Amino acid sequence: MTASWPGTIEKWAPYAVTPLLMIAALPAMGFGPWLTLTVAGLCMGMMLFLMASGLTLIFGLMNVLNFAHAAFVTTGAYIAASVLWRLTDWTMEPSLALNLAALAVALVVAAVASGALGYVFERLVIRQVYGAPLRQILITVGALAVVEQLIIVVWGPGAIPLPRPAMLRGSVFIGGSAIETYRLVALGVGLLVAAAMHLVLTHTRIGLLVRAGVEDREMVEALGYRVHRLFIGVFIAGTALAGMGGMMWGQYQTLVNSQIGNGMTILVFIILIIGGLGSVGGCFIGAVLVGLMSNYVGFLAPKLALGSNLLLLVPILLWRPRGLFPIAEH
Amino acid sequence: MPESSDALLRLEGVHTDIGRYQILGGVDLAVGRGRVTMLLGRNGAGKTTTLRSIMGLWKPRAGRISFDGRPISGMTTPDIARLGIAYVPENLGIFGKLTVRENLLLATGRQGFAEPRLERVLKTFPALKVKWNASAGLLSGGQKQMLAIARAIIEPHPMLLVDEPTKGLAPSVVDHLIEALKTLKSEAATILLVEQNFRVARAVGDEVAVMDQGRIIHSGAMAALAADERLQQRLLGLSLGAVA
Repeated sequence: MTASWPGTIEKWAPYAVTPLLMIAALPAMGFGPWLTLTVAGLCMGMMLFLMASGLTLIFGLMNVLNFAHAAFVTTGAYIAASVLWRLTDWTMEPSLALNLAALAVALVVAAVASGALGYVFERLVIRQVYGAPLRQILITVGALAVVEQLIIVVWGPGAIPLPRPAMLRGSVFIGGSAIETYRLVALGVGLLVAAAMHLVLTHTRIGLLVRAGVEDREMVEALGYRVHRLFIGVFIAGTALAGMGGMMWGQYQTLVNSQIGNGMTILVFIILIIGGLGSVGGCFIGAVLVGLMSNYVGFLAPKLALGSNLLLLVPILLWRPRGLFPIAEH
Repeated sequence: MPESSDALLRLEGVHTDIGRYQILGGVDLAVGRGRVTMLLGRNGAGKTTTLRSIMGLWKPRAGRISFDGRPISGMTTPDIARLGIAYVPENLGIFGKLTVRENLLLATGRQGFAEPRLERVLKTFPALKVKWNASAGLLSGGQKQMLAIARAIIEPHPMLLVDEPTKGLAPSVVDHLIEALKTLKSEAATILLVEQNFRVARAVGDEVAVMDQGRIIHSGAMAALAADERLQQRLLGLSLGAVA
């Protein structure tokens, strides 16, 4: 059977949105600024992807609206700050290998700690509110406030600095444009995690179950799989990714406070809606679009910067009301 | 209907509510081992709810469901499925974003496909072989139905529950499905089949149970119902011709 032209265009058009946005921005600013802003946008997109990808799976698989997701972003950032403070010998050394090793250790510890917290959170909080969306919203918003206060108890009310390692502070020049070294690292980490997620989702049985569960959880259960157990694993992975995202974002901001995750909540939900609920690929493209749009609009029309994501969200929803790559039916 | 000792699946006084509404009001049904039992009835009679109650997708409020002598009413859906009950729902439950291969792979154990079984399934449904790596969402209605049934039989199961497999299909596809069901029947599969198409019911059914308003109002041999036009009229509200 040969697919019709309109069908083919309809299928592939969402993939064209990102390149079209990049091409459209080029004549408005010239190549130098365009390259700098594009790399900055992609880097921001990768960090947003880390924060949002777990949430889209959590929602897609179990229909759980977890507004406390931001708490894991914040926890990851604080844990990473604590780890990096203990590794100042490595971060201050003008050695790229030691600097990257320090970042890797912080990233792993932040992910493990956030994932462990995610496990406890699922057992104590989320488990009580399956199938009750209103209670989910109330209890997770409440839990977010509790975690933020607990963070203040442990780390204090003030913001704590999270300086970048010595070799990641400057810029590199590519094509005559200055690009921050840390942004390139963040871009690399994001791409690496996205590739790993893609591999797991497309080449493993667990990935197959997750993709099937996002589409039709009931049928997966009717095939004999215990989706709740699968969901616990996804929840832990999702919160671990949020922790990694928090670490990368905190390092990007060079400052961590108890609101660092909460401040990203709206952006993360916009990404989920743009990408299509339950779709990791959609989440990736949504995050890149939001990152690029924020940077382009911030440069071209700074007064519109705050609303830049709505400028993106509204036309996409008018075109595709369920997002670019919808999977979950709910 | 089968005697107690012959029944692989047994429902006794099953009541199931959806929200505030009672859908099943005391269903008594026995599905004989190695038999094809047709569950007939008008729209809204409770046929789909009966299958979903068996699978634990809707929990019965009262009554008892047992499989191979073991009570399953309080069990979770995955545990019921692991006992060996395969289910083809009315909406087919096809994962449209997954390929045909992946849909079938989900129904196998950790060891993956058993080659002889896979070959036999693909011989029964050759269209699936052609579409092996295509997204299941792009299949035609008949192909999706074949995939749903293939998924239920890709591993041997003691019991198969199928909900309206011929709904909305072209007559030629229905004929193909009848042949596939007859093949399963010849292998002594135990099947509970919900069907509105009397031709299909007549072609593959050994036993029949007719539902109305959430209860079984008739059970007996399919051949007897097929031969009795007046009984058809009384139970189903339409006469489909008597076939001895």
